[in-house]
Amino acid sequence: MFANLAGLIRYRGLIQSLVARELKARYRGSVLGFFWSFVNPLLLLLVYSFVFTYVLENKVEGIQPYALFMFCGILPWTWFASSLTEAAGSLIAGGNLIKKVLFPAEVLPIVSVLANMVHFFLGLLILIGFLVYYKHPPDGTDLIWFPVAVAVQLLFTTGLALLLAALTVHFRDIRDLLANLLTLWFFATPIIYPWTQANVRRYKSVFNANPFTHLAISYQEILFFNGPIGHWRWLLGLGAASLLLFLGGYWVFDRLRDSFAEVV
Amino acid sequence: MTAIELHHVSKVYRRYTARHFATLKSALLQRSILRDLRPSDTFPALDDVSCSVPKGSTYGVIGRNGSGKSTALKLVAGITKPTAGTVRVTGRVSALIELGAGFHPEISGRENVYINGIMLGLTRREIQRRFDEIVEFAELKEFIDAPVKTYSSGMYMRLGFAVAIHVNPDVLLIDEVLAVGDEGFTHKCLDKFAEFRRSGKTILLVTHSLNLVERFCDEALWLDGGRARANGDPKRVVGAYLTAVEKTEEQLLAETTAKALGAATPPAAAERPADPTSDMFRATEGRWGSREVEIREVALLDRSGAPAFVFHSGDAMAIRLRVNAAQPTGDFVFGVGLFNADGVCCYGTNTFLEDMVPGRLAGEAEATFSIDALDLVEGTYKLDVAVHKRDGYPYDYHRLLYTFRVKSRTHDVGIYRPRHRWTFSPNVEFRAPDR
Repeated sequence: MFANLAGLIRYRGLIQSLVARELKARYRGSVLGFFWSFVNPLLLLLVYSFVFTYVLENKVEGIQPYALFMFCGILPWTWFASSLTEAAGSLIAGGNLIKKVLFPAEVLPIVSVLANMVHFFLGLLILIGFLVYYKHPPDGTDLIWFPVAVAVQLLFTTGLALLLAALTVHFRDIRDLLANLLTLWFFATPIIYPWTQANVRRYKSVFNANPFTHLAISYQEILFFNGPIGHWRWLLGLGAASLLLFLGGYWVFDRLRDSFAEVV
Repeated sequence: MTAIELHHVSKVYRRYTARHFATLKSALLQRSILRDLRPSDTFPALDDVSCSVPKGSTYGVIGRNGSGKSTALKLVAGITKPTAGTVRVTGRVSALIELGAGFHPEISGRENVYINGIMLGLTRREIQRRFDEIVEFAELKEFIDAPVKTYSSGMYMRLGFAVAIHVNPDVLLIDEVLAVGDEGFTHKCLDKFAEFRRSGKTILLVTHSLNLVERFCDEALWLDGGRARANGDPKRVVGAYLTAVEKTEEQLLAETTAKALGAATPPAAAERPADPTSDMFRATEGRWGSREVEIREVALLDRSGAPAFVFHSGDAMAIRLRVNAAQPTGDFVFGVGLFNADGVCCYGTNTFLEDMVPGRLAGEAEATFSIDALDLVEGTYKLDVAVHKRDGYPYDYHRLLYTFRVKSRTHDVGIYRPRHRWTFSPNVEFRAPDR
């Protein structure tokens, strides 16, 4: 297993070009092309801010401007959710490669995660634009934690992606199950409502059990809330757990590897 | 030194019964995930196959569909692992199993060449160096910047082939990919293979083209039902394979004939037109006649007198009719007709046309029509046999009920192969066939 893990480094060129291909192919043939990577989160942000500031008036103290608050959580969530959705189907979609070419299968789910990470980064540019527009600068010292949060999320997502990709080959229902599960998970995570609300605090232990809670809160504290980050212990703890998850996910993937070429 | 070595290799595929393993829900409900993860039914694709391919040689693998050829190739390529035994391969392997397997339809040929090359183990710089050569080989200079989805299937395959062949492997695995292009491209591929051979690379070739195996390979392996039936000298292996193919063909033809006979109309009076020659050239199967003289059995016999259904062009063949005349009769004609698969009458004759005047026929009797040399080109032929009166009144008419095959190593065309030879003036020279 560890030999295979080390092999991943050898495949970085392959991963790199596959991510590039993924991004290029996605918008090939559309008029706006790569610009859609910006437009998609922008439109999302506009819709949410309209709904939650004009339709459902939202005057909760401390999370104004609300659209900005929400965007800090939605952006990483989108990365997470689309990565998992794509990764779960990646081995089946890339079946031809697995069956006909000597191809390191783990590259496929990893490419899904990384391609979506690029979209996440592009979305960040929109976020920065809005931070400037609302004159709501984040604390400089907090920003040091931003790469940590991204790294933790990357590890966490990749671990889950490997696990799901391997299992989906055998149980195709996971893809449909996942779509529903992710919707549930989204609302169970303090993304569109603040963690600080009293009725949320009541279920504190439930929320703490949800790993994405800590990622969402970390992003919100780093990018939105003033004052030093108070959630860093949780973030580092999640980081350690993510490492285990990644190793576990990779282990399962490695164990099932030989069955892919036959079952896909 | 060996480049590829299979040591008592077996590969068992799992067959999951339909539904059984299909859904997570059912697996969870029945608490049977673990049981379901175990194969319910197995299928041996390869069974204890051993062979070794010396470095620098060209090795052909032949066999019928489903005999395990592609599985063997996938094992050598490392795409699947053997269930038992060991596979050892020395050197860089490139597998031409499915061409352009990793192409993405939306992006250009150029980008696909890079990504495909990287997938096959090249570095970006190596591809850069070989890029022009690849594009030239694929004959796609004008289209290289168009998205691959706009390519014709031939262009797609050519590009896939060009990339795979420029990986510059030590061991090249080829699975029936020579059928990718037009004549010209196939020649180019063969030239490329020849170049590989000259530079001392090992080639493992899976193909149905026996011709290619005989011409190109130093050794051959014949797989049948996952087992190695023969290996060694390609001529010998191909010969053994062809003999076995003929045997199965015989069986198949015997079954066809039995079925046709069974389906032919049961006893009936002479409903057919009195003049059988009027529909002599209408090719519909059947049997009719009064059965006053009945054809009990028809056998095709080879040179040694044994029943056969497959003959080689130029072989002797005999058609033996066993008949039974319930009442003695003085008016009878035996006839035979040969038809090819298109229903064209290749030859027809009867005893009346050959001026044999019938005397007396009673009880069990035999009539044998012997052909000294069956000078027909390769193909499937059908046979008419009949006993009738001189005026055409049918006793028993068997129309196209018997099928036989003529095989030939020469792919000449037409129906009839006249005995022939070529002669040339001394200034016309021929070389020995290419190897």
